[in-house]
Amino acid sequence: MPHLNAAQRHLVHFTLNGRMVRAEVENRMLLSDLLRHEIGLTGTHVGCEHGVCGACTVQIDGKPARACLTLAQQIRGSNIRTVEALVTDPAVLSPLQAAFRHHHGLQCGFCTPGILMSLDALLRERPDAGRKEIREHLSGHLCRCTGYATIIEAALDAAEEQRKEETPNA
Amino acid sequence: MKPASFDFLCPETLEEALAALAEGGGEARVIAGGQSLVPMLNMRLARPGLLVDIMRLDPLRKIETSGDEIVVGAGVRQAELEAQPDLSQHLPLLAAAFPWLGHVQTRARGTVCGSVAHADPSAELPLALVTLGGTVSLRSRSRRRKVKADDFFIGMMATDLAEDEMIESVHFPKARPGWGCSFREIGRRHGDFAIVACAAIADDDGLRLGIAGVDDRPRVCRLPALDNDQFDDAINDIAWSLNARDDIHASARYRRELVRSLGREALKEASRCRT
Ligand SMILES: Cc1cc2nc3c(=O)[nH]c(=O)nc-3n(C[C@H](O)[C@H](O)[C@H](O)COP(=O)(O)OP(=O)(O)OC[C@H]3O[C@@H](n4cnc5c(N)ncnc54)[C@H](O)[C@@H]3O)c2cc1C
Ligand code: FES
Ligand code: FES
Repeated sequence: MPHLNAAQRHLVHFTLNGRMVRAEVENRMLLSDLLRHEIGLTGTHVGCEHGVCGACTVQIDGKPARACLTLAQQIRGSNIRTVEALVTDPAVLSPLQAAFRHHHGLQCGFCTPGILMSLDALLRERPDAGRKEIREHLSGHLCRCTGYATIIEAALDAAEEQRKEETPNA
Repeated sequence: MKPASFDFLCPETLEEALAALAEGGGEARVIAGGQSLVPMLNMRLARPGLLVDIMRLDPLRKIETSGDEIVVGAGVRQAELEAQPDLSQHLPLLAAAFPWLGHVQTRARGTVCGSVAHADPSAELPLALVTLGGTVSLRSRSRRRKVKADDFFIGMMATDLAEDEMIESVHFPKARPGWGCSFREIGRRHGDFAIVACAAIADDDGLRLGIAGVDDRPRVCRLPALDNDQFDDAINDIAWSLNARDDIHASARYRRELVRSLGREALKEASRCRT
């Protein structure tokens, strides 16, 4: 891999929500800015740009991580999922999204994309996740509106829904 | 809140990375998980000329057992070590400390060695390493050396690392039979940096207490047995010796009180859970 000069843009390629993406970026381009400004996926939000608020959380190779603390150059060849990936059919909410709606897990919605990506990763890896794990994952997110309680209820509900779907004949 | 520009090198070999550091003349900097460096770049508190990405160097991505130590390479992310199935058997102090280290989302990217290199005075991993009596393996193009963790940390985010060196691995001594440990921390919110964190070890040699968040680097000291008359004075002397300061997070007095109370609790638990 050559030395990438600061003055030029350089190619990165990675998988984004199941599709191969190639982009030409400056070395200092953050993943959050690449997603929002270059690719146009504005579901990933940016609150603090120093890792504290969690609004920019996406999944990098299945793990929730801060897009604002990741340089685009660091994700060459990785698999990135953003909140847009939760939509498979625009007319239908995913179980997690539906639970957020049902429990009023959002008000202004600024924190929501990041929280959804953390919880989605948790529930994929640990379908049996309980209140403790959910709270632990939420500690990486700031929400100024809800007070978190409704988010926890939504996540518990979604986890249960998901387990039902996965148990045959139940 | 965007980084200034820099060159970026993604070396294919460790030699290439070390050459870049040697030739960089202080302008070159290692980037590992980026969980401390990228915030500093974003705020332009750091403006390196060249970043050397070490996360694709396979030789650094190893967790190995060597004698009575666990050796963690510079490419190992915090979440990877945390997920080791035998962690609570061999490194119970780390197993207890990990939940306090940032968040799931930062541990997924941040490395063990990066936290040691960053040397935040409140950081959990440097505290655990110093308390366990671990070592840091450093490497440059022309030399290799091992430094005791206690000598590696010099002050506030300052270490013995030279400009042309990188941390190749850190060595954590494994728990031995008859050994007990405990980890306690107080922070504003779960996952925030510690106001005070205490790591305690009890074994046949007595009691050891490591303290982070008070002095400008993690400190470790020995204490008499909990039922000894001198214990209260000893832990009070330690609390006063750490140069506690008032800041926006807590007063010096509160920090000293935390050293006494968390320290005692941690030592009690460590003594109780000796195997
Ligand atoms: C929201 C948030 C909360 C956090 N909370 C905590 C917390 O509670 N406790 C805590 O301890 N930390 C916390 N952190 C910091 C986190 O632990 C970092 O991951 C860690 O400090 C740095 O590891 P890294 O691999 O990300 O290093 P980087 O950010 O890549 O690098 C950090 C520094 O170390 C140097 N470096 C990295 N690796 C090496 C190496 N192998 N050799 C030489 N130099 C190297 C870099 O040049 C840089 O100066 C938090 C971070 C965030 C964003
Ligand atoms: S914008 Fe990334 S954590 Fe706040
Ligand atoms: S819903 Fe407004 S910040 Fe969470």
